[in-house]
Amino acid sequence: MTVLGLSRFQFAMTTVFHFFFVPLTIGLAFTVAVMETIYVVKRKYIYKRMAQFWGKIFLLGFAVGVVTGIIQEFQFGMNWSNYSRFMGDIFGAPLAIEALLAFFMESTFIGVWMFTWNRFKPGVHVIFIWLTWFGSTCSAIWILAANSFMQNPVGYGINKKTGHAEMTNFAAVISNPQLWREFPHIATGALMLGGMVVVGMSAFGFMHKNADRAFFNRSIRVGAIIALIGSILVIITGDLQTLEIIKDQPMKFAATEGIYEDLKSPAPWMVVGLINEGAHKSAGLEIPGMLSLLAFHKLYGGTIQGMNTLNQQFLGERGKIIKNGIAHPEISNYYVPTNVLFWSFRFMAAVGFAVLILAICTLWFTRKSKNTLADSRWKLWVLGVCTYLPFIGTTGGWLITELGRYPWIVYGLQTIADAVSPTATVTSLLITNIVYFLLFCLMGGVMIFYSRRVLHQGPEPDPQTATQPVTEGSHVGAHAANRKVALA
Amino acid sequence: MTQFLAKPLIDGNNFLQLLWFFVIALVFAIFLFLDGIDFGVGMATRVLAHNGDERALYMRAIGPHWDANEVWLITGGGAMFASFPLWYASLFSGYYLLLFIVLVGLILRGVSFEFASHAVTDRERNVWQWANFAGSVIAPFGLGMMLTSVIQGVPMDAQGNVHAGFFDVVNWLSIVGGVAVVFFSFLHGLHFLSLKLDAKTSERMLNTSKKVYWIAYPALVIFVILAFIFTDFYQRRTKSTLLITVVILAATICGHIATYKKRGGFAFISTGVTLAGIIAFIFNGLFPNVMIATDPSKSLAVSVASSSQYTLEIMTIVLCCLLPIVLIYFIWSYYIQRKRLITDDSPASIKAASVY
Repeated sequence: MTVLGLSRFQFAMTTVFHFFFVPLTIGLAFTVAVMETIYVVKRKYIYKRMAQFWGKIFLLGFAVGVVTGIIQEFQFGMNWSNYSRFMGDIFGAPLAIEALLAFFMESTFIGVWMFTWNRFKPGVHVIFIWLTWFGSTCSAIWILAANSFMQNPVGYGINKKTGHAEMTNFAAVISNPQLWREFPHIATGALMLGGMVVVGMSAFGFMHKNADRAFFNRSIRVGAIIALIGSILVIITGDLQTLEIIKDQPMKFAATEGIYEDLKSPAPWMVVGLINEGAHKSAGLEIPGMLSLLAFHKLYGGTIQGMNTLNQQFLGERGKIIKNGIAHPEISNYYVPTNVLFWSFRFMAAVGFAVLILAICTLWFTRKSKNTLADSRWKLWVLGVCTYLPFIGTTGGWLITELGRYPWIVYGLQTIADAVSPTATVTSLLITNIVYFLLFCLMGGVMIFYSRRVLHQGPEPDPQTATQPVTEGSHVGAHAANRKVALA
Repeated sequence: MTQFLAKPLIDGNNFLQLLWFFVIALVFAIFLFLDGIDFGVGMATRVLAHNGDERALYMRAIGPHWDANEVWLITGGGAMFASFPLWYASLFSGYYLLLFIVLVGLILRGVSFEFASHAVTDRERNVWQWANFAGSVIAPFGLGMMLTSVIQGVPMDAQGNVHAGFFDVVNWLSIVGGVAVVFFSFLHGLHFLSLKLDAKTSERMLNTSKKVYWIAYPALVIFVILAFIFTDFYQRRTKSTLLITVVILAATICGHIATYKKRGGFAFISTGVTLAGIIAFIFNGLFPNVMIATDPSKSLAVSVASSSQYTLEIMTIVLCCLLPIVLIYFIWSYYIQRKRLITDDSPASIKAASVY
């Protein structure tokens, strides 16, 4: 266990955990906003109940997302101080703008939205949730602007005196082509995730004995439509992003496809395969010509470079990574962790298509003329378990993005090994890793536990149509009902 | 214009570097002013509240705001990263474990609001209310310790890496500093609650804070004495340091008098000034450095730690455009929640008030 290894593990753990909740917040905020907007337009009370009910899940996710985000921000200084020194000039600006432009908006209006259901007209109140969604989406743009620079540095110069990177063109930093491929993919992925969570949770909701069927039926359809649109868009944007990556980070692309030797068109696509990272060889089930279609959208023209070629090319261009006049001790080649990338990509892509199919099926089985979903237990179970699917997809996405730039922390400019804090110790990193891990398990567990409870409590009964009072058995409902804070 | 921006004004720092040093100080002062409320309210939940429902009512009082208040810390961190990356790197890597403890405190507190509102039994709710209390004590104490151990001079190497040993972080000044921040946050929270709750509770808050002041005074006086011994603030920056000390003391006394006169609003402003004054004291003393090393030649100066002129220009434009907008809706969000909370006959819960 080295400082570098532990720091990398900590960063990966925090990013992955934080990124369960970021798309959940963005996606659910959007879903809730759509529901509340329908309420404003149609004035059907059920949509207000839907917005309030799914809003509870959204708020739970938001709470966990916020606190993990704080760790993320300070981690750059704590664990990666040399990176912060090298890159702060460029990396800090988007981060500060994110706080000013996005995070203030998000956290102010979420507070306003939560506490003002009775204070504002529906048409005004709905604006607050849209602003919350807008804030969280903006925040994604700025964080990704910073991340895109790490993938594809633009608009900078190296200060000869300090050796630090300095921003020379702000417009270039925020118009980084990498950013405008990464952001749409993530924003639409968040919509897909938000929609799928509503679909999956509604499926579980149907199975509860006191389920409000009409309520969950309406919810599952809204969720499925959002998941459907989201999954179509996420596949398109993912494709566009890949085209960019083939140009900017060919090594990353080659690794996601497990290509060691150059491939001439029409290149076959390896669906699944075994990769031997040590021997630099891979073999598996292949579809002829498919990779050329995926990568270039045509069968002929274009060669795909393999990792062996790219490694030789990088070694030739940059030599071994040189630091202070000597070859870098820890890095002797430019290969990336191929197995992780290969399988992450397959899981991610599979999730995208799976959600697409699930969403279509959901809409089909809940169609007006013949609504059979709620009575088919196995279908509900499949949908319910699939709540977790998109989270696997987002994790795969981050692993590809971040491990794919190995050994660089900033592509071509600074290695991960050079970025770590010189003062960090194995002891302190072990302590923090263990505590964070336990905290994440606790928060994730409690989040799932309370989401489940919210689901089983069900939505608040509709006062216009409700004939029966809160059920005796529902302790929670009774508990909530006899406690009130009034505004004087 | 560009000539003026590049010209050194004070101690070799040009206008934008001075501006951003001031902005960072201001953001941290606002953070302590606002989140001091939340920390103090969190502490009050254990010290004053009689039962879980009262605790929930206190937490409800800051429910709509704590989140946005904490964003000032995130903004402070981000702004520091953007305008003084070397400071950001040295400070947070050097105070690794202390900052980690603060973060754990903030995490516990951050999730407790939402989780407590989902609890079914009083026992379960109590767990999250304890988490809220623990976070509300740990975070200001840790931050107070960090701020006050920074000003004493820490062992740094030429690259700006801080090699702080245990006693560099934990010593008399930093402990008293931490305690002082905790107590003033507590007072600040009590004063805020006296403005947010019904007349009877409000009176109870002020009566308690009357007594707490007698603990806060010694903490403050000892802090001033220790700062005189452990730092060179009073020697190096005599006038300004004395002035800020007087302001802090005067604000504290005013706040105390206000509690006797049952003027909650006035007392609230006073403790706020004291908290902001602590930040002013520290930043004023640090200048023209951002980190003071035990070997003065290795201290990190504002002019060295800052990012490039271009980045500072961009950040200044962004700040001037966005801050006014942020302030408008931020203040508006307080304004619409200005009414006092009262409980009806049945006991209170955040749950009842949060969504409906």
